[in-house]
Amino acid sequence: MPQPQMVTIDGNEAAAYVAHMTNQIIAIYPITPASPMGEWADEWSSLDVKNLWGTVPEVIEMQSEAGAAGAIHGALQAGSLATTFTASQGLLLMIPNMYKIAGELTPTVLHVSARSLAAQALSIFGDHADVMACRATGYAMLCSASVQEVMDFALIAQAATLEGRVPFLHFFDGFRTSHEVAKIEQIDPATIRAMIDEELVKAHRARALNPDHPVIRGTSQNPDVYFQGRETVNAYYQRLPAIVEQQMDRFAALTGRQYRLFEYLGAQDAERVILLMGSGIGAAEEAVEHLAARGEKVGLVKVRLFRPFDPAALLGALPPSALQIAVLDRTKEPGADGEPLYKDVVTALAQAMAEGDRSAMPKIVGGRFGLSSKEFTPAMVKGIFEELAKDPPKNHFTVGIIDDLTHTSLRWDPSFQADAAEGVTACVFYGLGSDGTVSANKNSVKIIAEGTENYGQGYFQYDSKKAGAVTISHLRFSRRPIRSSYLIGDDQASFVACHQPTFVAHYEMLDKAAPGAVFLLNSPTTADRVWHDLPRRMQRQMIDKGLRFYVIDAYRIAAETGMGRRINTIMQTCFFAISGILPEAEAIAQIKQAVRKTYGRKGQRLLERNFAAIDAALQGLQEVRVPAQASSRFERPPVVPESAPEFVRKVTATLLADQGDRLPVSLMPADGTWPTGTTRYEKRNIALELPRWETDLCTHCGKCPLVCPHAAIRSKVYPAELAAAAPKSFLHVPIKGKDFPQGYHISYQVAADDCTGCGLCVEVCPIRDRKDPKRKALNMTPDPEYHARERENWDFFLGLPEYDRSRLVANKIKHAMILQPLFEFSGACVGCGETPYIKLATQLFGDRMLIGNATGCSSIYGGNLPTTPYSTNPEGRGPTWNNSLFEDNAEFGLGLRLALDAQVDQARELVRRLAPRIGEVLVDGLLTADQATEVGIFEQRQRVAALREQLNHIDGAEARSLEALCDSLVRRSVWIIGGDGWAYDIGYGGVDHVLAAGRNVNLLVLDTEVYSNTGGQTSKATPLGAVAKFSAAGKPTFKKDLAMMAMAYENVYVAQVAFGAKDVQTVRAFLEAESFDGPSLLIGFSPCIAHGVDMSHNLRQQDLAVSSGHWPLFRYDPRRTEQGENPLRIDCKPPSIPYRDYVSTETRFSVLNRTHPEAAERYLRLAQKHVETRFSLYQQLAELAVQKAPEKAS
Amino acid sequence: MDLTTQYLGFAIKNPLVPSASPLSRSIDTARELEDAGAAAIIMWSLFEESITAESESSARFLAEQDTGFAEASSFLPDHADFAPALDLYLENLRKLKEALDIPVIASLNGITPGGWVEHGRELEQAGADALELNVYYVAADIAQSGSEVEERYLSLLQSLRGQISIPINMKLSPSFSSVANMAKRLADAGANGVALFNRFYQPDINVASLRLQPSLHPSTSAEALLAMRWIAILYGRTELSLGGTGGVHSTEDALKLLLAGADVVHLCSALLARGPAYLARILQGIGDWMEEQGFESIAEFRGRVSALAVPNPAEFERANYVNVLDGYSFSPGVMI
Repeated sequence: MPQPQMVTIDGNEAAAYVAHMTNQIIAIYPITPASPMGEWADEWSSLDVKNLWGTVPEVIEMQSEAGAAGAIHGALQAGSLATTFTASQGLLLMIPNMYKIAGELTPTVLHVSARSLAAQALSIFGDHADVMACRATGYAMLCSASVQEVMDFALIAQAATLEGRVPFLHFFDGFRTSHEVAKIEQIDPATIRAMIDEELVKAHRARALNPDHPVIRGTSQNPDVYFQGRETVNAYYQRLPAIVEQQMDRFAALTGRQYRLFEYLGAQDAERVILLMGSGIGAAEEAVEHLAARGEKVGLVKVRLFRPFDPAALLGALPPSALQIAVLDRTKEPGADGEPLYKDVVTALAQAMAEGDRSAMPKIVGGRFGLSSKEFTPAMVKGIFEELAKDPPKNHFTVGIIDDLTHTSLRWDPSFQADAAEGVTACVFYGLGSDGTVSANKNSVKIIAEGTENYGQGYFQYDSKKAGAVTISHLRFSRRPIRSSYLIGDDQASFVACHQPTFVAHYEMLDKAAPGAVFLLNSPTTADRVWHDLPRRMQRQMIDKGLRFYVIDAYRIAAETGMGRRINTIMQTCFFAISGILPEAEAIAQIKQAVRKTYGRKGQRLLERNFAAIDAALQGLQEVRVPAQASSRFERPPVVPESAPEFVRKVTATLLADQGDRLPVSLMPADGTWPTGTTRYEKRNIALELPRWETDLCTHCGKCPLVCPHAAIRSKVYPAELAAAAPKSFLHVPIKGKDFPQGYHISYQVAADDCTGCGLCVEVCPIRDRKDPKRKALNMTPDPEYHARERENWDFFLGLPEYDRSRLVANKIKHAMILQPLFEFSGACVGCGETPYIKLATQLFGDRMLIGNATGCSSIYGGNLPTTPYSTNPEGRGPTWNNSLFEDNAEFGLGLRLALDAQVDQARELVRRLAPRIGEVLVDGLLTADQATEVGIFEQRQRVAALREQLNHIDGAEARSLEALCDSLVRRSVWIIGGDGWAYDIGYGGVDHVLAAGRNVNLLVLDTEVYSNTGGQTSKATPLGAVAKFSAAGKPTFKKDLAMMAMAYENVYVAQVAFGAKDVQTVRAFLEAESFDGPSLLIGFSPCIAHGVDMSHNLRQQDLAVSSGHWPLFRYDPRRTEQGENPLRIDCKPPSIPYRDYVSTETRFSVLNRTHPEAAERYLRLAQKHVETRFSLYQQLAELAVQKAPEKAS
Repeated sequence: MDLTTQYLGFAIKNPLVPSASPLSRSIDTARELEDAGAAAIIMWSLFEESITAESESSARFLAEQDTGFAEASSFLPDHADFAPALDLYLENLRKLKEALDIPVIASLNGITPGGWVEHGRELEQAGADALELNVYYVAADIAQSGSEVEERYLSLLQSLRGQISIPINMKLSPSFSSVANMAKRLADAGANGVALFNRFYQPDINVASLRLQPSLHPSTSAEALLAMRWIAILYGRTELSLGGTGGVHSTEDALKLLLAGADVVHLCSALLARGPAYLARILQGIGDWMEEQGFESIAEFRGRVSALAVPNPAEFERANYVNVLDGYSFSPGVMI
């Protein structure tokens, strides 16, 4: 056996490695947490990495997982080896094809990083809900529990499927295994070659559809034979477990790693046994070994092959001594009398009893654990064993949560630590997403694991916020393989690092520190004074646990060495210098080597400054003497103010304090319904600089609130006397312009703790001081005193009344921006190009808006807990929001409209029926109301209030029905919001249908030209020549012209907008779209960090996109046709700058000049021509003479 | 007829040398230039800023993509360890050397002393026959004196000279108090030739957006007159090879520079506008003119109208200015 090569990789890469080597066609589609498998495959193919047969696998991105499954089905039918990767909702979309592929006995392996399904809420994290939904498809199901097993089982599955002809679903736990970085043995190509039997490959090919010897498959069968046809496959399933076991044995002979269908671990005479599959096995192994070593009769059955379920193999693995068995499922099937694995085990034992193979039935209970990556620890496993010792043990239990509602949960002792923790060095790092902490830690794992005899494990907790995301890295090192499939818990870490000075006030990070651990803090305060900056509890913990304390001013060193705000190398250096894991000199040499690898070809200067930072870090690191007494008088401030609503104080605040795991079931809404407007309670305070308003220069144009991605700069107009009570520093001046009454003042106010400091408000500000052109009417300032002052001013500002919306003319920016935004402080990226569009819509229509939101960035910053940004006006009205799926958003939104229309119809009918009792004037007003304007809507609301009052005095069922429906008489605005991945790709069929259906809905496409939320994968909106994931060699096709396709219907309002290029056009388009009584499609250009350009240039990029012809602005209004006018209006000039001038500013384009220079040049020429011809086409369309439509099409 | 001339120590077959332009990026167009008769070729310029900017942006947007988001650890693929600008340039240089028989002159464009100038050695190793150093420097610092600016040129040249042994050609701007003296000092510092003059691409103001925008206008024949004057002044007074560059669009433009004393004439805008084959027409034109004038070789007429040769050298100096002003009249209808 050759010396195995050790690699430090994550589960996704391990699966992709085998899949790429053993397949010819790979169809992919992004979905968390499976996307990296597709990305690896795409990258390797773009680098011409070959498979076993010496060819480069064809990797193709499809429009959805359903599409990927279809493509795979076809590729397999044509005789190729084909695979795909997915998870969660994506797997559900593949189910129809999975039945077909299995029904046709087709060998293939589908790799799944198992993830929760969207039910009461979406979750991207890991459990087995998705794979369990595939039990009936006929796929074999093989489960890996660790990164090593992912690579091993991927190959075993591939070998077994070829032999057994049954397709395999190979799955492993999303995030816990897919994203865990671990040191594993890489299977060498010769072993893979030896496992894949060429004769079986040929046999597969021989069965392919081939016109030289044609057959027909996929027939339609009738009652006479379908049933028999279904039964033909039995023999294949019966022999499959044996085939898998043989392949496991072959694999063992080649690699030394022996697996079984079911594996037992624990006492030979175990009485209490648990069964489970997936990553939880790691925690269970540690607990069982610990308890068995102390004489407890406990054991563990690890389930590998879940389908076909082999009862004989299970019973063979289960010790006959087992009296109490707990079967754990990482899924939930509401309404079932137990989860799938539990029921299989019960059935296996019951069958054995019935058939006389067993004489006694053990007590078997089922339990649920680990949903959505909920922690599952050795302590919980111990809790289960303790439960099994009870008589009777609780059945259908849960573990890992507190269920105070139906009392399913087991108790466990969180302080329990298994023996396995001994000899393990555990380290925890708190960092910002953008400071490079995670990549430095991945690199540290590599350095230690690959450079020494140690095994290493890295697991990373991420944030759901995109601006100022917080990461917690959990690193373990040990001489023995690490099986700990859970986070580093309290009192377990021998090293704790805080990479952000402000975190000490927010996170109880020293809870994790073990006695005698090292604590490293990045702080601008010097070693002699830093102690006084810490909260009292933190000081006490340091004293009580006897911690060693080090401090480094990493931001200063980063600035001095030209590293900007990137502190990762500095903190990594300190980690190695004081953790003692490696000799310092060796570690530093390794870090420098890693720097060389990252930057070596990117420039000498980068290398030099990284090296300088490393050297300066060693010099700047200082040990702090920990005093004997805690001296600090401050504790952490309350997370939310006392004035917050009860739900926010009880639930939201607990989530914000990172204590959500402790919330009991009873505090959770049962149906996924949560209050809106909670971001205002999450004061994140992440801006380094804030805008300051210069009242002498400002013309009150309103551009700054328009472009702010986080609604953190606002304006209000109010009677001047109200400012009398304002704090001294609160700024207000008489509003300019004749549209407002005398004596009214305006204030522009920044929400100091909610601003992200992107600077777009300053960027857009058109007013400069003539004497000092650097001074604008808004300027960024880092002044901390200003920050504190504006916090107070913001509170005062919030208390000022809103201006009467019915007196504003919304198509003027100045007026529109006085409207209250009902979308605020979202978790979107700093400088986000999408959110200003949503915010604008909520200003214009928010108080009567229903939103259907496609899954993606906008559903994450729009609806990801702990807090959500859609908010309410002083009357309590505001957008109401739901996210159905990724693929069905247009249909979902149409459903909202259909329901509203039906309710209006019914309400109007009831009004008519009750007319004699309601009164003629009111009835007439209600039924003929013109609600085209804010005034009209205001008046209708008053009529509805009057109607309610009337109904109080009217008896009868009809009056009660009308009471329930009368709100619908006020015009509602239905918005269907999503990104280009939805509108151009996965949801296009629905978009098309809803546009064609002619109903009054507004589709807002936030076009970032990639799948932003999953990491920038190519969509059909991606422009020609742009580099994106899945288009590593540049996208070879043009961007799809969605607007043109929609205009072809002729009854759809269509507008292409870019608020950073022409804000007035954007506002007009929104107003026109909403007022159009039919389908509207707004496509908003949305610069994104995925474009490889700093988002402080968001507005400039929009301008360049428009000027270069990449993003022409236009509005197509079918109402104009009725007036005899051309419906299309072009709102921008012909391309006025070379396309090159636009694309050279974005890395997504410019990187291709380096990687594929000739293609880059070719694409550029084509794109230049394309933008010119497209503009000319639009122009010609806009100039066509139009005959007045004789009558409106129905 | 003998069209040969000396340039940077090489005997080349004629005096037409295409200057740094995108034409040398493609081996095909470079071959077309050679086929059209180019006697040597100056490669497109390797810009210091592009090397720096590229390394900064690839660091920022490719190597340092950390996000902290669970769903996206990065946004752009950074898997291929692609070649940086310098490597591509070296590769291009090697290919040109393989494909062409004429001398290939590499071109470095930058303003910072030290650092990247060391790349000169790599260019030499990759086979460059000579190196052109284009110090595209706008002396915008009001505290910086003219002599400090000159010092910058000289120190750049010296540091490059320290790295390489192949000939160095300095491409100069006309913004010197004393162009002739500067040329002399460059020669003393180790330069082998000068190209007169570099064109600064002037920024423009967009009156709609009130913002600056880049502007790029091709040269015109009128611009060649500036080079012609200084070549005429320098001819016979320096060991440096003299190259006339900027504004050569016709045979006549080229002849004027040769008559003023240029060893070679550089072409750029004309070739970009009319294609590489246009070089052959200029060359043909030179031959035709020589035949018409009865010259047998370039040497016979080179410098015939230089400051040394003309009866009144002051015509190259202020007198010319006065004459031109006197001869200029405003268009009718323009109010002054």
